[in-house]
Amino acid sequence: MSVNVRIPTILRTYTGGRAEVAAEGATLGEVLADLEKNHTGIGPRVLDDQGKLRRFVNVYVNDDDVRFAEGLQTPTPDGAGVSIIPAVAGGA
Amino acid sequence: MAVNTVASTTDTTSATSADAPAGSVSLGPAAALSCRECGERSPLGPDFACGVCFGPLEVAYELPTGDAEGLRRRIEAGPASIWRYAPLLPVPEDVAAKPNTNPGFTKLVRADNLARELGVTGELHVKDDSGNPTHSFKDRVVAIAVEAARAFGFTTLSCSSTGNLAGAVGAAAARAGLRSCVFIPHDLEQGKVVMAAVYGGELVGIEGTYDDVNRFCSELIGDPAGEGWGFVNVNLRPYYAEGSKTLAYEICEQLGWRLPDQLVIPIASGSQLTKIDKGLRELIALGLVEDRPYKIFGAQAAGCSPVSQAFKGGHDVVRPVRPDTIAKSLAIGNPADGPYVLDIARRTGGAVEDVTDEQVVDAIKLLARTEGIFAETAGGVTVGVTRKLIESGRLDPALTTVVLNTGDGLKTLDAVAPSSGPTAVIRPTLDAFRDAGLG
Repeated sequence: MSVNVRIPTILRTYTGGRAEVAAEGATLGEVLADLEKNHTGIGPRVLDDQGKLRRFVNVYVNDDDVRFAEGLQTPTPDGAGVSIIPAVAGGA
Repeated sequence: MAVNTVASTTDTTSATSADAPAGSVSLGPAAALSCRECGERSPLGPDFACGVCFGPLEVAYELPTGDAEGLRRRIEAGPASIWRYAPLLPVPEDVAAKPNTNPGFTKLVRADNLARELGVTGELHVKDDSGNPTHSFKDRVVAIAVEAARAFGFTTLSCSSTGNLAGAVGAAAARAGLRSCVFIPHDLEQGKVVMAAVYGGELVGIEGTYDDVNRFCSELIGDPAGEGWGFVNVNLRPYYAEGSKTLAYEICEQLGWRLPDQLVIPIASGSQLTKIDKGLRELIALGLVEDRPYKIFGAQAAGCSPVSQAFKGGHDVVRPVRPDTIAKSLAIGNPADGPYVLDIARRTGGAVEDVTDEQVVDAIKLLARTEGIFAETAGGVTVGVTRKLIESGRLDPALTTVVLNTGDGLKTLDAVAPSSGPTAVIRPTLDAFRDAGLG
């Protein structure tokens, strides 16, 4: 499954400045592993030492926050859009 | 005057918005940005998330210490606005001379009538922030963000908003001579939509919830379309959030430079609560108030209560929810500062509680009929939660308590309109008046 991953500014040092990159995987966990393979260093920024999503990272598959879905097991259908976004925005 | 460095060491890794103006800036006592999670430091800039762990960045200061009496006199001689506290804020020294909305120094109302209704025997006060220029506490945070926007060379001021913030940004941008373009959920209360639109900036309704709006803004900031934009609660958030410290400063000064024993604070993202705690701790560290225990209580609406649920469940992380409540200014289902609220409530011996929409409406009316204060739904949440905390014995009625009202009831008329109307409609005659049982 090939998906399009939207990279936040904070991680673009790992993608050569690119805001979007392609990645392979049937689940979000596989997509993140593929990202790490092709853009070394990006994985530990998104996942903690236990391999879980860091608590201040939001990840969306299409329009769905993966915390409302199956987390790293969330399916990533062919052509899906994955967005990685810092969670500290909003409110006051 | 000696200098107290409130955070330490330096590093440069952090999230910077795309193509943002850079360079050395001077924002008063602000020394650096510091990650609240891992402590990583970075220079002052339009950054909001740590490049190491994605944690929230906050402003670290070099605050003036060693002459508490001199600082107190300087504050008391300052303007009747948040700028009296400029020595403790990330703003230039001459901030009060610049065009801005001059928010703050709102009334701290001694609420004896409400106290009697609630069975409070100690002092009960309402910090009534409806008295700000656009009638909510948001003017405080936006005023700080405007100074950061100026410092970083932004020409457009923007935000994601549940309504109050959009109005505050529109007004502040108009006064400062900046362009504004703000984003709101498309289904907000009419009063808030009008208040956001009237200042002449661009107002965009997004088909979705506040969390959807927030996500959109976070993506826009990394896109060329958002270049040169200062999003007050995204890439200017570390500075903007500091504005809420002024609530703590004012409450203590208005109590005669004294800490309250208990505070009841609404929770949306949780930022306000965490910054009030930060402000109280700064006043203690600077010797402006006596160091004694205080308890902080957080208040949510039951229809959007992820922090309350986490507190009651004993969790230290907050599971996002999809909001469904009339308290739309608090309807943030994925609160960025939720984990820190949990830490503070537990550290101070407070709690986080929630009330139903029906209880919110009852509390709005209770505050209005006892103290003549018409609160927006967020104020109904804090008063309702205060009542619930007293009834359950968690808030001590014999102590000094401050309850926050963060906005004006005129913004959320829909909440009380169905149950608030004329006692009678009569012909203009004395007989009709008596017949209606009014004489």
